[in-house]
Amino acid sequence: MTVPLLDVRDLALDVGGRALVRELNFRLNAGEVWCMLGPNGSGKTTLLHTVVGLREPQGGSVRLAGRALRDRPPAEAAGLRGFMPQTLHDAFSASVMDSVVLGRHPYLARWQWEDENDRALAQAALAAVDLAGFEARDVLTLSGGERQRVALAALLAQDAPLLLLDEPVSHLDLHHQVLVLTHLGKLARERGKGVLFTVHDLNLAARFASHALILTPQGAVRQGLVNEVMTEAELQRAFGHRVVRIEVAGRTLFVAE
Amino acid sequence: MRRALLIWLALAGVALAAFALALVTGSSRVVPLDLLQVLLSSGDSITGEIVIRLRLPRALAAFATGGLLALAGALMQILLRNPLADPYVLGLSGGAAVGALGAMLLGLGALAVNIGAAGGALASILIVFALARRDVGRQQLFGALDASPRLLLTGVMLAAGWGAIITLMLTLAPEAKLRGMLFWLMGDLNGAESWLPALLVLAVALAVIYPVARELNVLLRGEAQAHALGVRVAPLRRMVYLVASVATALAVTTAGTIGFIGLVVPHALRLALGNDQRILLPACALAGGTLLLLADTAARTVIAPQQLPVGVITALIGVPSFLFLLMRNPGKA
Repeated sequence: MTVPLLDVRDLALDVGGRALVRELNFRLNAGEVWCMLGPNGSGKTTLLHTVVGLREPQGGSVRLAGRALRDRPPAEAAGLRGFMPQTLHDAFSASVMDSVVLGRHPYLARWQWEDENDRALAQAALAAVDLAGFEARDVLTLSGGERQRVALAALLAQDAPLLLLDEPVSHLDLHHQVLVLTHLGKLARERGKGVLFTVHDLNLAARFASHALILTPQGAVRQGLVNEVMTEAELQRAFGHRVVRIEVAGRTLFVAE
Repeated sequence: MRRALLIWLALAGVALAAFALALVTGSSRVVPLDLLQVLLSSGDSITGEIVIRLRLPRALAAFATGGLLALAGALMQILLRNPLADPYVLGLSGGAAVGALGAMLLGLGALAVNIGAAGGALASILIVFALARRDVGRQQLFGALDASPRLLLTGVMLAAGWGAIITLMLTLAPEAKLRGMLFWLMGDLNGAESWLPALLVLAVALAVIYPVARELNVLLRGEAQAHALGVRVAPLRRMVYLVASVATALAVTTAGTIGFIGLVVPHALRLALGNDQRILLPACALAGGTLLLLADTAARTVIAPQQLPVGVITALIGVPSFLFLLMRNPGKA
């Protein structure tokens, strides 16, 4: 049996004294794309931050490629998982290329400077998010969606086996939403990456994810294959809103009442 | 890498030229050719005395102070991820001023004033560290909430408190001491002879911070990304704070609270060179030193034999040139 990229065991999460999640267990294997769904405040970002190591869980453990995250030095963890946070802030101007090539940081020795190979990887990452030709642009002159794609490119340049993304397509237009998620799916299929992303658009989730993790305000968690867990009943229970699931031209669509 | 070396060499060349200018100008003019002779031979002529005993120490003190301030400014801007930060933003200069002015009020000598400044600066560093220890080294965060605003607020509050004490001291001070106190507050290199500690600290600060320069680049993208890219955020932030604080403390102890250098030099260099700390930090030390050296040369010659506080000159040169840079580069900051 292969070792899962991410193995979460008996996880308990509190925020401000409120229990968000109890005894959460799930495994993410190479080649799987997981979407995380749930209403505002259900703990999606908190769970992601815990998995990244930005906060300690109240109980349980997070294992990264077979070893507890807690026991891995940060530099080692950086070679195993990448993270794209929900909010980005650029206070200072920097070129797009400089921002993206930072993704190569984990692989450079202390005195090493980025070389042509790193720049080529950054360039390829930019092309993958449709930002080829933007290398010399100042990030402060970019639109919100373009900045989000710069952050995505930096994550792609990091080239970690496990990609954790907090609302990666929230500012993107529909073309780039599809483009980015298609690319993530391709990375999972062809290069065995594992992907976990949060998203509010149920249709994007169902179309691009293989598995779903649904958090509810009550702390109950449903997980499994998208087709099996993204049912009308489960979604209604999670969001407190009636959702209709319809099949059109071979696609599953969700419509909120 | 090559580019970095070229930039540093160019800046070092300008610094050397500024030194030469500082050594030849003054009430007793020295011909450049004599300067070489004086520096090469251990001359005991009067010219030699003036250059070696008076101008050189002051020039070295000016250079070291300017370098410290620019480096500290660049580091504070990274720590707070705020382009408006300068070396004094966390209240350090206020603490130093209270110590120095206190010593002046008591009628103590120059050494005591320096000790007072260093003590005040140290007290200020420790207070911020004690109050905002969690914020300085913070890495747990949620969404947009990050540590910098709280740290900034702590520093700004502390600065306001020191400001009130300084005003109180100035109000109570006898007329005779007021002028000296005001000069100290504006920053003044007159009688600044202790260049060695400042220069040493500048070298040590650069040596400590340079190895983590690339990690600072990553930190500027945000604490969460930095952590995900393998940076130990909390120890790094603590180190940046301490290096910037000690650098500022030495600068303030050497020359009072000279404004402007710490804010403007890092910005001007960022506009010109980009924001790679591996290039920027050494460049800041060189350019900050050069700028203060030139400003001090002007401060002691413009209305000679009277001397101006160098802080006035730095602002008078700096404000228009910085605004010019800013206007020339629309869309950048």
